[in-house]
Amino acid sequence: MTTITVNGKQHQVAAAPDTPLLYVLRNELELNGPKFGCGLAQCGACTVHIDGKPARSCSVPVSAVKGKVTTIEGLGTPEKPHPLQQAFVAEQAAQCGYCINGMIMTASAFLAQNPRPSEQQVRAALDGNLCRCGTHMRILRAVRRAAGGAA
Amino acid sequence: MNIDRREFLKGAGALVVWFSIPELALGQAQSDPKLQQLDAWLAVGADGQVTVFCGKVELGTGVQTALAQIVAEELDVAFGRVFMLMGDTALCPNQGPTVGSQTIYRAGPQLRQAAAEAKKTLLEMAAAGLNAEAAQLVVTDGVVSAPNGKNVTYAELVGGKKIGRAFSGAAKPKSPEKHAVVGKPIPRVDLPGKVFGTHVYVQNLRIPGMLHGRVVRPPMPEARLERVDEVSVKSLPGNVRVVVKGNFVGVVADREEQAIRAARTLKVQWTQGVELPKMADMLAFTRSTPSRERVLAATGSVDAALGTAAKSHRAQYYVPHQMHASIGASCALASVTAEGATLWSPTQSSFNLRDAVALVLGMRRDKVRLVWIEGSGCYGHNGADDVTADAALLSQAIGKPVRVQWMRHDEHGNEPKGAAMVMEVAGGLDPQGKVAAWDYQVWSPGHAGRPAANGPGNTLAGAQLGLPDNLSPTGADRNARPTYVFPNSRVRLHLLQSTVLRVSSLRGLGSPQNTFANESFIDELAHAAGADPIEFRIRHLKDERAIAVLEAVAKLAQWAPRPAPRGGSNAGLSGLIGRGVAFVHYDNYSGYAAIALQVHVDRASGKVSVERVAAAHDCGLIVNPDGLRNQIEGNIVQTLSRALLEDVKFDTAAVTSLDWARYPILRFSDVPDEIAITLINRPDKPSLGAGEPAAAPVMAAVANAIFDATGVRMRSVPFTAERVKAALG
Repeated sequence: MTTITVNGKQHQVAAAPDTPLLYVLRNELELNGPKFGCGLAQCGACTVHIDGKPARSCSVPVSAVKGKVTTIEGLGTPEKPHPLQQAFVAEQAAQCGYCINGMIMTASAFLAQNPRPSEQQVRAALDGNLCRCGTHMRILRAVRRAAGGAA
Repeated sequence: MNIDRREFLKGAGALVVWFSIPELALGQAQSDPKLQQLDAWLAVGADGQVTVFCGKVELGTGVQTALAQIVAEELDVAFGRVFMLMGDTALCPNQGPTVGSQTIYRAGPQLRQAAAEAKKTLLEMAAAGLNAEAAQLVVTDGVVSAPNGKNVTYAELVGGKKIGRAFSGAAKPKSPEKHAVVGKPIPRVDLPGKVFGTHVYVQNLRIPGMLHGRVVRPPMPEARLERVDEVSVKSLPGNVRVVVKGNFVGVVADREEQAIRAARTLKVQWTQGVELPKMADMLAFTRSTPSRERVLAATGSVDAALGTAAKSHRAQYYVPHQMHASIGASCALASVTAEGATLWSPTQSSFNLRDAVALVLGMRRDKVRLVWIEGSGCYGHNGADDVTADAALLSQAIGKPVRVQWMRHDEHGNEPKGAAMVMEVAGGLDPQGKVAAWDYQVWSPGHAGRPAANGPGNTLAGAQLGLPDNLSPTGADRNARPTYVFPNSRVRLHLLQSTVLRVSSLRGLGSPQNTFANESFIDELAHAAGADPIEFRIRHLKDERAIAVLEAVAKLAQWAPRPAPRGGSNAGLSGLIGRGVAFVHYDNYSGYAAIALQVHVDRASGKVSVERVAAAHDCGLIVNPDGLRNQIEGNIVQTLSRALLEDVKFDTAAVTSLDWARYPILRFSDVPDEIAITLINRPDKPSLGAGEPAAAPVMAAVANAIFDATGVRMRSVPFTAERVKAALG
């Protein structure tokens, strides 16, 4: 058994040690936030935080997870939203929304380090996250809004 | 299936009103006799909630919200009271697949009429009890008030009764100037769940007792299964079961990671298949593929006019295979027993796919229920239907519920691709600089290989069982015919009788490709005539809505007329700036979109950056302006990606663009600084679709801007840095 801490709770998981964290989060812990996109750490849809740093949960073996895992469910809730979640709703920054978990998790880790980023820095921070619907302009507006800049 | 709407509604509250809506609700002739029996169902619950049973589905485009706005508007209930139940074959009417930018255009009027009929009935019922004339009654959020001060709610009126109404056609929807909900930028109902991680995509669905499946596909077209070595996975954990049926091979295991490992490990031998042509030969190969010629339009004497033209010009264009490339790999669940089957699928075509999967399973279709659950955005016919058939076959074989999610290489490799197309245009100018002759030809296969009762083999699993497939010619001709009016004009389609890769509908079908050719060539003729590209287009247009979007985009982009490209004046600069324009009247009947954009071309690397985009859009009566802007932005960014980067690579056996490294799409660092949009609202005109029109002109607008910047014509998509650099010399 492997023990991991997710959104403040400890869990004993039955998965084999080399199982990607994503499958444990989705199938054992029944969390819907992190998404399977590519399984190759190329698209970012599966992003979670490990000790506050963004990590691609599709490519991290569960046995390698030593820090505390936060998923988007742990980032904020409708009652207590993270500023980015509020901003994404305010800017209506999604179409299908499948990538949005990764956008918000990547941006929240980034803004925690760099609360007043330039436009170029925001774009660079999100460059490893793919969106196919073409919602980029709104996602950028939402991140700027959460960073306190003019949307 | 043993569930129907009556039973469903018994559990949900009081069924109130149902209507059988004939297709005349569409306000146009409709030949499909099945649609004459369409029922659209509206139910008002005891709690006042309105449930709409809708055959169309939400694909990330916001129609769930927009359709609910239409119903709330006509019923006079608060928007939040309307709940859309979508795409369940046991509960919803068959309103056809959710395709072709036709949801607001087709289902919108159906639901508007249904809601208007419901309100009329409710008012008639209220009138007696309130001691008033129906015409005097006022409704505010489901509360009907009479001038005498009495009132009654919809829920009280229907209180558990079942009231059936055949469509009368007598109810008149509100006139647009009375709209209070339609036309407002109401936030999308699905977005909060998507940003809090609680929204249940099909990828997140868990059915009690479900197992996990994966499939192993043939390595080449027409390769046949020779041998499966089941021993090769025998020692793996997870109670691995191997399923073989015809040429279909899959594995099922207790846990997802176990199924993935088993599919990877399983040793399968296939016969040699049929080799694909070389990618480098695709243009010539496409033109020489056996085809059937169809003359789509013919006016005047094109050959004679070309012969006598003051100036003539000819050009050939190519758009390669491109893919949907959904971010989420396709996923579906199935529970199949001898009694019946339930499929949970993100398909665009609940009813047609149910019919196809029933044939794959060898079951009667009334034994199969398809429950639509939202998936990752699809932009057309991606892997959603295939994975549904995969899950069904695996579940049938092992007698337990099975969830299948494709791997990334399954999605990139096996999703049906947007077809490669060749277009050739010849044109002639008269001495006054007007187009005297226009001769257009396109080589394309059909673009609609969707599974249905007549094509169960349009699913990969069905094909592997040897079931018949069926590629409809739909889409090859989309926007082949120009909107411009020319005295001598001919448009010919060479409908290819075979395809290189498996193809089906990708956003816009043949429209982005045909519009790339048409709108590049009109630009080329404008240049030959020494005319400004916008002025030259308007010179040849009679349709006022077409002219209006071009004028609007010129204003928005602060277009400076230019009779010649600025390429010359850019000489010696390392960064070249240019602007291009393009226009479409989508599918020659739907929305109008004009795009003007500015590019920067880096002379050293050839890299093209699209800096600013202006778009003008007219799709009739606007239902939700913010949802519409979201769609327009998405169309533009996605098609910029197709224009600049996308080209499905394959070797002689199969697709090699199997991940995001080998099929790059546009990233944040490369999206424009700004996309400005002018919406032209036309409350007096029917709402048209917005899911595709703005995509169509993008490729040509970029090519025209590159020409303006450099004087070089890019006639093959994509305009990658390497290609542009080579063209610049």
